[in-house]
Amino acid sequence: MIDLQRLGVRYADDGPATLADVDLHIEEGELALLVGGTGVGKSTLLGTINGLVPHFTGGRLSGRVTVGGYDTRTHPPREMADVVGRVGQDPLAGFVTDTVEDEIAYGMEQLAVPPATMRKRVEEVLDLLGIAELRARPLAALSGGQQQRVAIAAALASAPSVLVLDEPTSALDPGAAEDVLAAITRLVHDLGTTVVMAEHRLERAVQYADSVIVLPGGGAVRAGDPATMMIDSPVAPPVIQLGRLAGWAPLPLSVRDARRAARPLRDSLTAPTTTRRAPGDVVLQARGVTVRYGDRVAVRQVDVDLHAGSVTALMGRNGSGKSSLQWALQGSGPRAAGSVRVDGIETASQRGLVGLVPQTASDLLYLESVDAECAAAGPQARDILDALAPGIDGAQHPRDLSEGQRLALVLAVQLSAGPRVVLLDEPTRGLDYRAKAALVEQLDSLAAQGHAVLVATHDVEFVAQAADRVVVLAEGEVIADGPTAEVIASSPIFAPQVAKILAPQPFLTVDQVARAMPDSVAR
Amino acid sequence: MRRLPRSVHPVAWWIWALGLAVAAACTTNPILLLLLIGVSCFVVLLRRGDAPWSRSLRVYLALGAAIVAIRMLFRVLLGGPGGGTVLIDLPSIPLPSFAAGIHLLGPIYSSSLLDGLYDGLHLAAMVVCLGAANSLANPKRLLKSVPMGLYDIGTVVVVAVSVFPQLAESLGRVRRAQRLRHDAATSRRHLVRMTIVPVLADALDRSLALAAAMDSRGYGRHGSASSRRRLLTGAMTIVGLIGVCVGAYGLFDERAPETRRWPVFIAGLVLGVAGVVVSSIGRRVTRYRPDPFDLSAIGVAAGGALSAALMVWATDVAPADLHPDTLPATWPVFGVLPLVAACAGLLAVVASPAPVLSRTREATA
Repeated sequence: MIDLQRLGVRYADDGPATLADVDLHIEEGELALLVGGTGVGKSTLLGTINGLVPHFTGGRLSGRVTVGGYDTRTHPPREMADVVGRVGQDPLAGFVTDTVEDEIAYGMEQLAVPPATMRKRVEEVLDLLGIAELRARPLAALSGGQQQRVAIAAALASAPSVLVLDEPTSALDPGAAEDVLAAITRLVHDLGTTVVMAEHRLERAVQYADSVIVLPGGGAVRAGDPATMMIDSPVAPPVIQLGRLAGWAPLPLSVRDARRAARPLRDSLTAPTTTRRAPGDVVLQARGVTVRYGDRVAVRQVDVDLHAGSVTALMGRNGSGKSSLQWALQGSGPRAAGSVRVDGIETASQRGLVGLVPQTASDLLYLESVDAECAAAGPQARDILDALAPGIDGAQHPRDLSEGQRLALVLAVQLSAGPRVVLLDEPTRGLDYRAKAALVEQLDSLAAQGHAVLVATHDVEFVAQAADRVVVLAEGEVIADGPTAEVIASSPIFAPQVAKILAPQPFLTVDQVARAMPDSVAR
Repeated sequence: MRRLPRSVHPVAWWIWALGLAVAAACTTNPILLLLLIGVSCFVVLLRRGDAPWSRSLRVYLALGAAIVAIRMLFRVLLGGPGGGTVLIDLPSIPLPSFAAGIHLLGPIYSSSLLDGLYDGLHLAAMVVCLGAANSLANPKRLLKSVPMGLYDIGTVVVVAVSVFPQLAESLGRVRRAQRLRHDAATSRRHLVRMTIVPVLADALDRSLALAAAMDSRGYGRHGSASSRRRLLTGAMTIVGLIGVCVGAYGLFDERAPETRRWPVFIAGLVLGVAGVVVSSIGRRVTRYRPDPFDLSAIGVAAGGALSAALMVWATDVAPADLHPDTLPATWPVFGVLPLVAACAGLLAVVASPAPVLSRTREATA
């Protein structure tokens, strides 16, 4: 179906090749998963499939790409629209019209599909993705998961034989991501659509893949069967890491398979030693915090204590009040009632007591270089940045940094005021495993310096590694507050993969298992 | 059998509203104007859907009220010529010689105040009539019914219109985030730059993403049309539009030479229409669920057109009814013809079926 022959892509003539000498063949009806860290060329590879690279992005392409018999050299993306459907990372940015039905019909209108067929196909894809009840709704009023399903429906409506998805779930909470991935697998099963997908959440996606395409960096590409390719893939979800650690063969890809393989390991392990930091005294004390927008109560009389030298995770679904609570704690967001005190001082009355890294961290940055941002923030900012993420070139433009480096820069800017409390709103969004591990280390060092850290996140694996304590919000109320192991291990939704595989043993992360493992099982 | 709920062609609603606005433009009789406002509100309340834009009538009513208030306030502030009863005798404030001809305050005459009221109502009625069209038909849907040759321009307008709420959203987000920075002393210098750089970067990112999405979905497939033909039709359309503009200007400018009036206007129109027609021959784009321009749409449009036509006729037959005297102030009276003209807009309610509400849509789904 898709044929890449000796494909090479470079964006600047004197720069390094983003892709070099790629030979790849993807069969009809296959679900192919692209695996690799950020910046190794996943988006470029996806872009070559419908001709966006190089027709839209510029750059120099060598070799040959044919999809369903069309050569992208002679066919720009708009002429490929009936063969390749594309879904991007941010669905809202790609919407042309303003209601669900019109959006789904838009692609077909461009392809001059007869009105009667169009009517029928709109109804079919509405049912296929389970969004029939949303048909007349304005697109902007939908939740992220619903928007992404509409975007997939809109791409599918033109009946393309290939669907290209560029990190379709990176902006979604776990429930919504699950919905979208379930919809995608159903397409592969029911329609025989060829799907090529780049995805950060490998833990969910890898078990459904027919083939895995690994991009180790440097422009090379390897492809093959998922169980063999994941053995040495540069990024791997916890289930794979555990499998590698225990030396299971064939490598189990799903929690279900891993549970069956884990029986001997489970019996040989002794309970993990707790290496938890001992929480210090209370730094931030919030009592009866209430946030309301008109009639809607976003946060309802929440009491929270944050301790020095500990990392607390704030979890809950989208719209459960996580962001509103953080902004209220920081002091610059609206607060209808309650008090937030840091060492006895009300946060609303004094800036700099609490540092907050907002969801779109880049909103804080406005200067042309990293050095200029650090200089504007304060004398210690550059040192803090070097401690958090060593080796960032000071002359670089902040927008050219990777997602994780930019986050470190914003964190450094916020820390340079010397706040004792640091809040982070969804910092794991768009980070790959390596960047997440770096963030875990950064938070560890903050806690070691005596900061109180509160991280709002959806990412359970991240919470298992980083947090000492978990607070769960639902409908603006605190429904759980306790040590990480107690709160997340007992929950069917929040349990990390390692906990699911090794239950009833109370392990949360692969590191804990590695430490507790008797040497005889390890090799 | 009762007619099923259905939406009426948006162009019909706009013709109806423009008809009412033309009728309102013909008269300064406050009772007729209030009647026209009442008719448009009545029709909107009965025939609007439950989409976000349907709630906008309130805004236009408030705008109308503001116009009336401002008009009257200016009459008080700047005085102005008038006669009849002096309502309040305010002292006049003398202004220096460079502002000769303008005087602040002074005696307020009843006729001057009435003139302000009528004038304000005149403008407010037109605004409310057009606002009614906005609440009855999505302006974006109106763009969907443009001829095929203008399809690309229509899409561009739709995209441009949707940029503004997005810009407002990202501006709010960036301002909120910037307040988090503690280095306020240095940042005051950079205030404009601090907000503009992230907002523009955001807008640029979004527009690139949108362009990539539209390209991938087949926007701008020209099929068999050659690039030379595209250039030719584009040039024809643009030259035609310029001709129409020059001609229209000439039509209203009495000193313009004869040759710059009708000939230029008609030539421009012909060229423009030809360009649109030729470029739409090669286009293959279909439309999803277009609203048909059927009997009810004709009925709706006819209601507005009738209102306008009767009122224009009334300017010949009974000009006194349309412009009541304010000096001396008389109670505005009018005959049957203007009354019928003002109420003709109600035909739209009879002609159109009930609107589709998403609640009823969900109930049937």
